Amino acid sequence: MARTRPIMPAWFHRLGSPKGFYSMTTPWLPWLAAASLVLLIGGAVWGLGFAPADAKQGNSFRIIYIHVPSAFLALAGYYVMAVAGAIGLIWRMKLSFMAMKAAAPLGAALTLISLVTGALWGKPTWGTYWVWDARITSMLVLFFLYLGVIALHYAYTNGEAAGKAAAVLALVGTANIPIIYKSVDWWYTLHQPATIKLTEAPSMHPSMFQPLLVMIAGFYCLYALVLILNIRAEILHRERSSHWVVELARRGRS
Amino acid sequence: MSAPDVVPTLATGRAFRALLARDLTLAFRHRGEMANPLIFFVMVATLIPLGVTPESRQLAVLAPGVIWVMALLASLLSAESLFLADYRDGTLEQLVLSPQPLWLMVLAKITVHWLVTGLPLTLLSPLLGIMLSLPAAGFGPLMVSLALGTAALSMIGAIGAALTVAISRGGLLLSLIVMPLYMPVLIFGASAVQLAVDGMSPAGNLAVLGALLAFSCLLSPFATAGALRVSLHG
Repeated sequence: MARTRPIMPAWFHRLGSPKGFYSMTTPWLPWLAAASLVLLIGGAVWGLGFAPADAKQGNSFRIIYIHVPSAFLALAGYYVMAVAGAIGLIWRMKLSFMAMKAAAPLGAALTLISLVTGALWGKPTWGTYWVWDARITSMLVLFFLYLGVIALHYAYTNGEAAGKAAAVLALVGTANIPIIYKSVDWWYTLHQPATIKLTEAPSMHPSMFQPLLVMIAGFYCLYALVLILNIRAEILHRERSSHWVVELARRGRS
Repeated sequence: MSAPDVVPTLATGRAFRALLARDLTLAFRHRGEMANPLIFFVMVATLIPLGVTPESRQLAVLAPGVIWVMALLASLLSAESLFLADYRDGTLEQLVLSPQPLWLMVLAKITVHWLVTGLPLTLLSPLLGIMLSLPAAGFGPLMVSLALGTAALSMIGAIGAALTVAISRGGLLLSLIVMPLYMPVLIFGASAVQLAVDGMSPAGNLAVLGALLAFSCLLSPFATAGALRVSLHG
């Protein structure tokens, strides 16, 4: 498929070469690691130690400092995965399939964290670990979507076909996410169980909100760091027989 | 979709009809296979009174949701066979290589799948309504919602079937990847029946089911065709 005129700029294609990505991201890693360490420790100490306790929920509300950032990234992570898959399908880029493969377990883990922390938060707040609330249910469905993509990827023995198949599934899931969310929301309002409504403090006090922002920023940095590390590991694995990886390994050993 | 100018449009329409006729003939020659989802449907309906309660008032509460869940599972179980036989005997390869647009051929196969599973399930559903003491107001909406809903389920299931056709023992995986996508159809289908039973109009929900079907008709043949290409050629 020879193109007469390049559609995408040159840096895009440089980014698309596994070797280029590997050498480009090497200097980013210490910065990302330092930023996520500082933000996460700072945000956690601030949020857990210094932010005031909630008037109604006491100290149990502090779990939002983990719950909300992980739920944020669980959602954003699905789009990271799907967009990477779409880029791979359109421009036939090996690297973006690797990014998709790396993003899937990461997003599933974050979805699981947000479900578990939500359940732990629910016990002291609502008196039960689980209610069929619209948001909880959609998070659970999101978790299933992630599991489906991961399972499909692992079922294929051919790495390239695995990437393409998982990308198709991720894209179909993307088209469905808004529909699933709306229908679950509608289903919930139809049934309206007698349980307590989720008290998402409508106007959070800034002293509680600022540490949350720090934690969200920290989670984003950590996500980027782990995603890049995952992609690099995948690159090394797939290109293990290529000259530059062998060279890298030899230099690392000596 | 190569060389559309060489192949006249009539040939495409004829190919569509030919595939439709072939798949229908094949389905009717394997009547036993065709009956399996229906038998499953009725058998699970027997399990509910045995496992929960034979008391008709409680069954009536469960009936709309239970019948819909069972129809969904029956459709899911039959989705695996959508491309499997054609994949094994090489027909699928020929379809992918043929000059006709693959999405149209896929659409023919999905249509036949609905005609031999979704439609019989819909026609059989009043029997289950009686077995599970569904109130009389629910029967009409049950059939309409199942007719629309199972068509949408066939459309969605085809994507999963195409993605897993080349994988040995892909059946369980198929359920795993398709079930989350089925959920909106289940929600609107079951609640249409529930609304009718509660004395309200199910028209809105049936309209949404129709919209879901229209949307899946637009998306699914293309996604399925793409998935088939990946499955066959990597």
